[in-house]
Amino acid sequence: MSTLTATTEEPRTAPARPAYRVTGRRVLSSEWAKLWSLRSTWITLGLGLLFMVAFGLIAASRYKSGINSGHMDRDFATSTAVSLSLFGTNFAQLALGVLGVLVTAGEYSTGMIRSTLAAVPRRLPVLWSKATVFGLVALAVATLGAFVAFLFGSGIVSGTPAAMGLSHAGVLRSLLGAGLYLGLVAVIGTALGALLRSVAGGISVLVATFMLIPGLISLLPSSWQDNISPYLPSNAGESMFALTHDSTTLSPGAGLLVFLCWTVLALCGAAYRLARSDV
Amino acid sequence: MIDARQLTKRYGDKTAVDGLDFVVKPGTVTGFLGPNGAGKSTTMRMIVGLDAPTTGSVTVNGHHYARHRAPLQEVGALLEAKSIHPGRSAYNHLRALALTHGIPRRRVDEVIDLSGLASVAKKRAGAFSLGMGQRLGIAAALLGDPQTVMLDEPVNGLDPEGVLWIRNLLKALADEGRTVFVSSHLMSEMALVADHLIIVGRGRLLADTTVGDLIREAGGDTVTVATQDPARLRDVLAGPGVDITGRVGSEELQVTGLTARQIGLTAAEHGIPLFELSARTVSLEEAFMDLTREAVEYHGSTTGIETLGRPA
Repeated sequence: MSTLTATTEEPRTAPARPAYRVTGRRVLSSEWAKLWSLRSTWITLGLGLLFMVAFGLIAASRYKSGINSGHMDRDFATSTAVSLSLFGTNFAQLALGVLGVLVTAGEYSTGMIRSTLAAVPRRLPVLWSKATVFGLVALAVATLGAFVAFLFGSGIVSGTPAAMGLSHAGVLRSLLGAGLYLGLVAVIGTALGALLRSVAGGISVLVATFMLIPGLISLLPSSWQDNISPYLPSNAGESMFALTHDSTTLSPGAGLLVFLCWTVLALCGAAYRLARSDV
Repeated sequence: MIDARQLTKRYGDKTAVDGLDFVVKPGTVTGFLGPNGAGKSTTMRMIVGLDAPTTGSVTVNGHHYARHRAPLQEVGALLEAKSIHPGRSAYNHLRALALTHGIPRRRVDEVIDLSGLASVAKKRAGAFSLGMGQRLGIAAALLGDPQTVMLDEPVNGLDPEGVLWIRNLLKALADEGRTVFVSSHLMSEMALVADHLIIVGRGRLLADTTVGDLIREAGGDTVTVATQDPARLRDVLAGPGVDITGRVGSEELQVTGLTARQIGLTAAEHGIPLFELSARTVSLEEAFMDLTREAVEYHGSTTGIETLGRPA
């Protein structure tokens, strides 16, 4: 331990003190270490991957058995290898979104946030780092899940009308789109957790946004529906990875743009609250 | 060095900290004392930027905490509640904090050894006892080898060995020239470690003093003496550093600056008969109670049911 002098202007010039310094990269590496040092991360990411692959395979198997028995569900009639393989996206988004909420709101519920912000009192680098680290991890896991689900799913439905290969037009874009969509869902979860500072509140809003509101919209007059519906986070996001688009849905590019806007909006809200309110 | 100027924090109508002015200097242990609810924790949270002051400001080593390039190297803080994720091990907790500053692994191991956590460092911190949790908090506070160490109620939940460890640690840190700022609601504990005292009640500064001065001001060394001829006794006792007070027409005098023994001997020398000679020693605890009686937020009552529920 060093002996310290009581200078007020430049305390770091005191001799024999190591030159520590907070940098953006260091905050990133700290958040990376934090993410992987919790068991819940491994479990939830594992669940997300499992949902992605297992539900895709189940959907593909159901389609295949429907074809073989000749009793095809109407829902499945227009299915493609892509839509079947990505059937699990809706469930994976719940796992990844919830983990996103936990990454931030979990710090508030446990008290860890006080340690975190005492180390990084400028605060905002913590939010950017958490969103970046977890967004990229979710992107990687989801993209992996999408490709694995498609490889096995397309194998199952080969020789049926739904059959498709990776080289088929739009397939690669759909699979990458699904990964990107889930990565952004994870970022939105992270932002919601930071905005609401409550695990329960963050998960509620997440579920409402992605699962309840799309259903409630159908209560609106149909002319309104057509105007609003494509721009909802869930529908805009779905446009990112859907293989086919019609007049009621956005193009993949427009869907990505709208979904990015939602993500940025959530992050801005989170940043505002983090910078402005006491912990 | 911590410098608070007109530091104020309001929550709605409630003023938690009310225009605090104080300086905590390096090289000594400064006790931050006050009853529960006096605003000690709020003040400490403002020092490390977790709460923003409503008005006024507080700086550490000349700058606001958040403006330092390596905040953990300026102030190491142990705050009131557990500030950890229970699912993370002690080692990983410290490692994550260290990474933000580029503090090497070696230093993480050092503070783990220093705080006596070596045997449990790989265990989930959620399973820690209160005392182990405090030790982890102190390890985190020392991680950046900080110039200022600030601990909120550090002895809470520690066993006697732990309390002794804290005492020695605080003194050692101050001896190294660091600024040590420790809050407590227990005067008896502070009396053993602190040289300087900052006493608050209901968010206001009540005293900024030393342990010795506090006792003196509370009338710690007063001797009460009663005699038939107080005027004559007053004359023979008078001298430099001696202060004598007494009401007109009363046989009693209050003397400070002399011991009961000295007064008795002097009176006998001059043949003045004494009826009463008693030294009134005020403990630090009493001096503190006197000072904060008005400012105690939550009064306990033993007098009866009618005082229950009335605001103190």
